[in-house]
Amino acid sequence: MSDPTHPTLDTLICATAGSVDDGKSTLIGRILLDARALMRDQLAHIEEVSARRGFSRTELALVTDGLRAEREQGITIDAAWRYFATPRRRFVLADTPGHVQYTRNMVTGASQADAAIVLIDAERGLTEQTRRHLAITALLRVPVVFVVVNKMDRVAFDEVRFEALAADARRHVEALPWETRLRFIPVCALDGDNVVERSTRMPWYDGPAVLESLETVRVAPSRLGAGVLPVAWVIRPQREDFATFRGLAGRLVGGGLAVGDRVLVAPGMLESTVTRIDRHVTGALGGQASAESGESIVVSLADDVDAGRGAYVVQGAALPEGLELRQSVTLDVAWLTTRPARAGMRLWLKHQSRRVQAKLVGVTHRLDVSTGATTATDELKLNDLGRLQVVLGEPILATAYAQDRALGSALLVDPADGETVAATMLVTDAG
Amino acid sequence: MSCKLNAVKVGANLHLRRLEDEAIHVFREACAERERPALLFSGGKDSIVLLRLAEKAFRPGRFPFPLLHVDTGQNFDEVLAFRDAKVAELGERLIVAKVEDSIARGTVQDETGPRASRNRLQSVTLLEAVDEHRFDVLFGGARRDEDRARAKERIVSVRDELGQWEPSKQRPELWQVLNLHVRSGQHLRVFPISNWTELDVWQYIADEDLALPSIYFAHERAVFERGRMIYGVTDAMQPGPGEVPFRTSVRFRTVGDATCTGAVRSTASTLDEVIAEIIAADVTERGATRADDQFSEAAMEDRKREGYF
Repeated sequence: MSDPTHPTLDTLICATAGSVDDGKSTLIGRILLDARALMRDQLAHIEEVSARRGFSRTELALVTDGLRAEREQGITIDAAWRYFATPRRRFVLADTPGHVQYTRNMVTGASQADAAIVLIDAERGLTEQTRRHLAITALLRVPVVFVVVNKMDRVAFDEVRFEALAADARRHVEALPWETRLRFIPVCALDGDNVVERSTRMPWYDGPAVLESLETVRVAPSRLGAGVLPVAWVIRPQREDFATFRGLAGRLVGGGLAVGDRVLVAPGMLESTVTRIDRHVTGALGGQASAESGESIVVSLADDVDAGRGAYVVQGAALPEGLELRQSVTLDVAWLTTRPARAGMRLWLKHQSRRVQAKLVGVTHRLDVSTGATTATDELKLNDLGRLQVVLGEPILATAYAQDRALGSALLVDPADGETVAATMLVTDAG
Repeated sequence: MSCKLNAVKVGANLHLRRLEDEAIHVFREACAERERPALLFSGGKDSIVLLRLAEKAFRPGRFPFPLLHVDTGQNFDEVLAFRDAKVAELGERLIVAKVEDSIARGTVQDETGPRASRNRLQSVTLLEAVDEHRFDVLFGGARRDEDRARAKERIVSVRDELGQWEPSKQRPELWQVLNLHVRSGQHLRVFPISNWTELDVWQYIADEDLALPSIYFAHERAVFERGRMIYGVTDAMQPGPGEVPFRTSVRFRTVGDATCTGAVRSTASTLDEVIAEIIAADVTERGATRADDQFSEAAMEDRKREGYF
C-alpha cells in the first residue's frame, strides 16, 4: 500500500468542529473504523454500551465522547485527541465541542490545528453554531478548512442544495475580517459516502473524499523566513568538564538556524554568532550543523551576551520584516472567562517563554459571529470574539499572527487565580 | 501486516523527533515556571522514556527535580532492581513514597477480598508525598491513547488540594504556549508524552537504545487466569479457588502494581519482535492488561477525579 514515490508528509493535526446533531462524532467514528484505527476492545466496548442503552445500531459517538457527562448528555464537552495512521500519513484528530459554552475547548483544538473540519447538516443548513465554528477557525487562521456537508442522503444527494450551502458558507467567511479558504465535501457519514471511499451516489462531485483530502493537504510554512529561538531555559552546568558551557535552550520557530549564523539577541539587541547547536548535549563537540523550525535545541553563542529565559535569539544581523519589539499591541481575542474584559484590567501576557505585565487600555469592538459585523463596545464577555488594546510592562518580540502563528500569538492570564482568560492574536498595520 | 509495518517505518524518525521536540519543550517550560517539580518514575517504559527526554532537556546540567516512586509494596522485583540501577546510572535523586507507610499512618486501609489491590491506595500516598515535599509539578508518563478519559486531559492538568481532576473546567491549552500558574494549594500534573502512542514509545526505545526491565520481554513464568486476564503468581498475587496456575511464555505491556497488571501471551523476546507484535495487535494496551479499567465505563475518569495519575 505504501507508495515510495509519495513524499512523506509531516503529521497532520486536524480539529473537528460541529455538534453531535451534525453527525461529527459519527464522521470521526467512521474514519477511525474504516482506517482500522479502532482496536477490538474499543469496538467491543462501544457495541456493548450501545446495546445496553438500547440503541438500534452501534453509536459511533461513543468512540470520542469519553467523559461521563458527555455520555449522559449525548454531547461533546471537551476536546479529545485521537491518533491514527494510514499508509500515507499520520494524524492527530482533535475532536472539539460545538456548543457555545465550550468555546474555550474549540479554541484549544483550533489553535494547534493544521487543518479543520467544520460540519454542516445538509438538511438544516448553516446554524448559528456553524457560523461560530467558521469564525473561530478563521480567527485562529487554521491553514486549511474543510467544510463537510453531511447527511446528503436526507436531501437526495442534490448538487444544487450542496452548492447553495457552499455559497452560504463562503459568503459568511468573506464577511469576516480574516482571510480564509474553504474546501467543500458532500458526505453521508452514516453510510460512509465520501468519508474514506468516494461515493457512487454523488457522481457530480469529482473531488477527493475526506480522508484522502487530509492525507494530501500541505501546510504552508511560516512567512517569517528567519529562525527565532525563544529562550526557555539556560543550561549552565556546575561540572568541570563543562566549566565554560552556557547553552540557550528553547524551541525554534519561524525558520531555521545554523552554526555560523549571525544572530541578534532581543530585547537587548546584542549581536553574536552561533557556535554550536545540539538536541542532546553529550560531549565537547556540537551535535548538528543546523536546525529547522519546530526543533527543541540548545544553542551556544560566541559572546557572553545577556540572554536569560524570555529572551529571543533571532537569525540575521537585522530583524526580519514585521518582527519588532512591541510594547503597545492590538490583539484579536477569544475571551474565555466569566470576568468581562474591561479597560483598566491588569493581567499577565505570555508570549512564547516570556511573561510580562499587561494592562488592558481599551476594548475596540466585538464581532458578531453570525454576520461578521463589528460593534463598538467597552466590554467583552465570556466566549466573545473581539479586539483589545493592551500596553505591556516590557516589550515582546512579536509579529502579526497572519505572518507567523507562533510569534503572533499570546495568552492573557489572570494573576489572581492563574487562569487563562484569553487567546490573543497580534494585529499590525501589515495584517 | 507487512505493508502496515513498512508504512509505519517510513518517516518514523521525523515523526518521533517532532514528538520529542514537544516533550522537551514541556519539560523546560514547567521547570522554568514552577519551583518544586518532581518526576514520577516507576521503572516502567513510559517513565524510562521521560528520563531520556529530561536528559535531552537539561544535560549536561542536573535535572532540576528529584524522581519520585510511589511503591505499593507489591511491585515486580525485576522492576524495582531496574529502578535503582537506572537512578544510580543517572546520578539523580530518588524519593520513594510507600503505600505501607500510609497504611501504618492509618491514612489508608488495605483492601480485602479476592480482588484486593493497592492500586487505588497509591493516590493517597502520592498526595501525601506532594504535601510533605511541597511539590507543585508532577511529571508523569500518561498518554492520551491509553484511555477515553486520558484522551481528554490536557498536557498541563491542574489539580486541587484533594488532587482532584475536574474535566469540565480544564484550562484552554493554546498553541504551544503553556500556562503553568497555580493558586496556593493547587499542583500541576504535567504529561510531556501526552501525544505519543504505545507504538511511538516502543519505537523511541528502539531508536534511543534504552534498556528496559526484563519483564517487558517474553519469559516463562507461573501464571493463572482470572476473568479475561492472565496474572503472574507473586507474593501479593496468589491464585484463588478454582484458579489453576500454569507455566507459559508471557510479557507485560505495562508494569504497574502486580495485583492489577496482567500479562499477554507472547514469544517476543527482542525489541523488534515486541514492536512487530504491537503493530499487529488489535487490543489496546490498557484493555489487554489493566484490570483496574475494566470495572466500569468511566473507571479511569473516576479514579482521576480522586487524584489518581
